[in-house]
Amino acid sequence: MSKFLLMVISAVLVKNILLAQFLGNCPFQGTSKKMDTAMGMGMAVVFVLTLAGAITWAVQTFVLEAFDLVYLQTIVFILVIATLVQFVEMFMKKAMPPLYRALGIFLPLITTNCAVLGVCLLNIQYEYNFVNSVVFSFASAAGFGLALVLFAGIRERFAISRIPKSLEGTALGLVTAGLMALAFWGFTGMVKG
Amino acid sequence: MSITPIIIAVAMMFGLGIVCSLLLAVASKVFFVEEDPRIAMVEEALMGANCGGCGFAGCNAAAEAVVAGKAGANVCVAGGPAIAARVGAAIGQAVDLDAEPKVAVLNCRGSYRVNERFDYQGIQDCRAAALYWDGAKECGMSCLGLGTCKSVCPFGAIEMGPDHMPVINTNLCVGCGTCVKNCPHHVLHLETLSERLLAFNRTDECVPPCRQLCPAQIDIPRYIRYIKNGMPLAAVETIKERNCMPLSIGRVCPHPCEDACRRRFVDEAVNINHLKRYAADIEMYQGPTLNIRVARNTGKRVAVIGGGPAGLSTAFFLRRLGHSPEIFEMMPKLGGMTRYGIPEYRLPKKILDWECQQVVNLGVPVHYGKKLGEDMTIQSLREDDGFEAIMLGIGCWTSSAMRCDGEDLPGVFGGITFLIGQGLNKPLPLGKKVVVIGGGNTAIDCARTSLRRGADVTLLYRRTRKEMPANMIEIVEAEREGVKFHFLAAPTKIYANKDGNAAQLEYIRMELGEPDASGRRRPVPIEGSNTIMEVDNILSAIGQRADLSFAAKEAEEYRVETTKWSTFAANEQTLQTNIPFVFTSGDVFTGPQTVVKALGTGRRAARAIHLFVTGQEVTAPPSELLKPTPEALIPHITGVAEEPRAHMPELTIAERSLNFKEVELGLKPGQADRESQRCLQCGNVCFDQSAFDELFVEA
Ligand SMILES: Cc1cc2nc3c(=O)[nH]c(=O)nc-3n(C[C@H](O)[C@H](O)[C@H](O)COP(=O)(O)OP(=O)(O)OC[C@H]3O[C@@H](n4cnc5c(N)ncnc54)[C@H](O)[C@@H]3O)c2cc1C
Ligand code: SF4
Ligand code: SF4
Repeated sequence: MSKFLLMVISAVLVKNILLAQFLGNCPFQGTSKKMDTAMGMGMAVVFVLTLAGAITWAVQTFVLEAFDLVYLQTIVFILVIATLVQFVEMFMKKAMPPLYRALGIFLPLITTNCAVLGVCLLNIQYEYNFVNSVVFSFASAAGFGLALVLFAGIRERFAISRIPKSLEGTALGLVTAGLMALAFWGFTGMVKG
Repeated sequence: MSITPIIIAVAMMFGLGIVCSLLLAVASKVFFVEEDPRIAMVEEALMGANCGGCGFAGCNAAAEAVVAGKAGANVCVAGGPAIAARVGAAIGQAVDLDAEPKVAVLNCRGSYRVNERFDYQGIQDCRAAALYWDGAKECGMSCLGLGTCKSVCPFGAIEMGPDHMPVINTNLCVGCGTCVKNCPHHVLHLETLSERLLAFNRTDECVPPCRQLCPAQIDIPRYIRYIKNGMPLAAVETIKERNCMPLSIGRVCPHPCEDACRRRFVDEAVNINHLKRYAADIEMYQGPTLNIRVARNTGKRVAVIGGGPAGLSTAFFLRRLGHSPEIFEMMPKLGGMTRYGIPEYRLPKKILDWECQQVVNLGVPVHYGKKLGEDMTIQSLREDDGFEAIMLGIGCWTSSAMRCDGEDLPGVFGGITFLIGQGLNKPLPLGKKVVVIGGGNTAIDCARTSLRRGADVTLLYRRTRKEMPANMIEIVEAEREGVKFHFLAAPTKIYANKDGNAAQLEYIRMELGEPDASGRRRPVPIEGSNTIMEVDNILSAIGQRADLSFAAKEAEEYRVETTKWSTFAANEQTLQTNIPFVFTSGDVFTGPQTVVKALGTGRRAARAIHLFVTGQEVTAPPSELLKPTPEALIPHITGVAEEPRAHMPELTIAERSLNFKEVELGLKPGQADRESQRCLQCGNVCFDQSAFDELFVEA
């Protein structure tokens, strides 16, 4: 049990996918202007990434490794994730209209979210088993959501602060992201390994 | 190196691709959601900018709303009419392409307080500033000047002007309302021209004192600002949103606005009315004539009875709203009492002609020589002619009786009858010695007119000069021109000479007693003070009434209720009578009043009629400001430099003698510029201290 707890803390805080691994920066900048949007995006990523973690693990184990095609991993994962997202979108639209209305517009954006692919690849790299993969995917996504929401909170205040013209928008966004990353580095060492 | 791995890889990806696409194909069948194909068509037609300006979450949501009927084809605020037409085509719905655009308008004068905007501890956003002590401004309706509206406008339609107030570029503004939603002080709102034409002063709006007291509610500081900026035509356009007769009003209005002018506490009131005349004269003499915007035709026919100021105003505003009013006028020309009462030397007929023609030119047919009660009835207008609504603006055209012996003798005329004769160019015969009885505008006009016809004129009034209801300026001018005033005197009897014509007037001296209901002290006769004077003519101008005798002759269900003051009874705020489709305005509702009041009530009637003919409930204007707000009528102001009021040049007394040339000559351009700068551009509580200093301190 403590193994899972450690894994979650590690994924959310120490090895935060956004602020320690620097994956998924484009939705990080793009959808963090408003709190509502940030929340929506965070939830959508949690949902998709957990599913993607499970499916890519299965593809890796039962297809790529079985047929000795591991060198096709990246391209196959991209295809699988893209298909998955499309599939989820259709499924949600049919089966869960309220959820679809809340997350619908974010799903297509996730197709190209490198954080999703990154976590799936990490699962394999760390040689996690199925359960570990799912938990790690979920925790990483939660870390993504957390960072996004914190960032949106900060960015909303930009609207009411005096900002030098040259720093407005993405420029200050990146600086802020950097500072947040520094803060998150403070967690390093909390979990060994 | 073998080629096999490549083949395997390609085959693998190909296979996986096929599997994925099959899966998605199946899924799209299995999970197919019945979606109205029109949604896709509409979405196609939209711009795809996903800007959210329409208030829906992206273009897809907007498309769904259109198909669901929750939004019109013109949903896309950014796309304009072209996109609306495409959307309309996609859903097979006719689009209201001429629908009036909504634009954002600013309702704050700002003035000096906006410059205090930096005091918010470095905050650079109005929303944030409003969180701290509501923006720390004296006025809760004021612009905070930090430009949140500018930063949120998705279409770049707002710039912050030099005085730190937003300036809305109406060409770029699409009326999406983003700025309105984001302004914490609700200084911005959206409106169409029609809505503006129908608006009445509101309690939640910034209304300067002058506009609070103006019976027509003209946006005074705004038109003065246009004059100041050298845009007299824009000034006229602003005035015409409230008042269709600026040329006439600019000459004859007793300007109650000036009594509230805040500048009174510095030196004298701004010469508001003559600035109006100045701008209107420019339109008439120099042109170009304003192109008054008229909304799309609705085909709703409204009969307007009476072509005086009230009728003209109702017709003008109904026409601008796209309806089809028709005026029925018993006299040969339009203008009512402004033509047949007010004499030529105050309001030249050619100016009045031009002004009335502007209303007719909007497409208002006039049926001359048609008298309600003789040539038509309310019943016939409704049943035979099919008018959807009727407005009664027939004024007060009967002289009240003096109730003294001999008032029916030849040589004794009603003041109104005498003036109508002048107005029709069929002057009544007048002798050498004329006595005018009364103290109102009609009396003075009779006196000054008789003077111009070469008579020796005495005016008899039963109270003192102070109580005279006539405009002060009129009284002064009459005195200067040589009218003799007999105060505290009332006629008792008129004696005839041997030809049977009036020849002697017996009057009695009066003294002032207790105040009566109107607050004026009641005159009481002094017994035995009767005096006799020789006269040739007597003009009785002690008051006018409306002739409502026709009302009683109408069929039961068309009988409009009247009051004991012989006016029509109607709802104060909607002017609707007991018959739902009959409305009234002007003197026949208020009793003899002023032109500006008639114009104001005329517009009010137009608003109610608009609601009525478009099938809406006829209700009072929302949150209407009914009495002046105390905070607007502040008793003193500080920090403003003195500058004397401009007075316009006029004919000398000698130049006026025995002719009817216009007496007042209008402000000269230099004077008008200077006068326009005297205006403090007041808001509800604020005013500009410095507008004048900047311009004149160094000169
Ligand atoms: C001598 C005089 C001087 C004045 N001076 C001033 C002044 O200096 N400043 C100021 O502000 N106000 C002044 N007034 C008041 C002002 O003229 C009136 O308040 C104003 O004209 C009222 O407008 P109205 O449209 O209600 O009525 P009116 O102007 O009286 O118009 C009524 C119209 O209805 C027509 N009409 C009447 N009966 C019928 C019928 N049965 N069928 C068809 N048509 C009919 C009449 O011909 C007339 O055209 C003065 C009035 C008079 C008499
Ligand atoms: S000015 Fe206001 S209403 Fe007009 S486009 Fe800009 S945000 Fe929208
Ligand atoms: S100074 Fe100008 S805005 Fe102020 S009350 Fe007088 S006319 Fe109106």
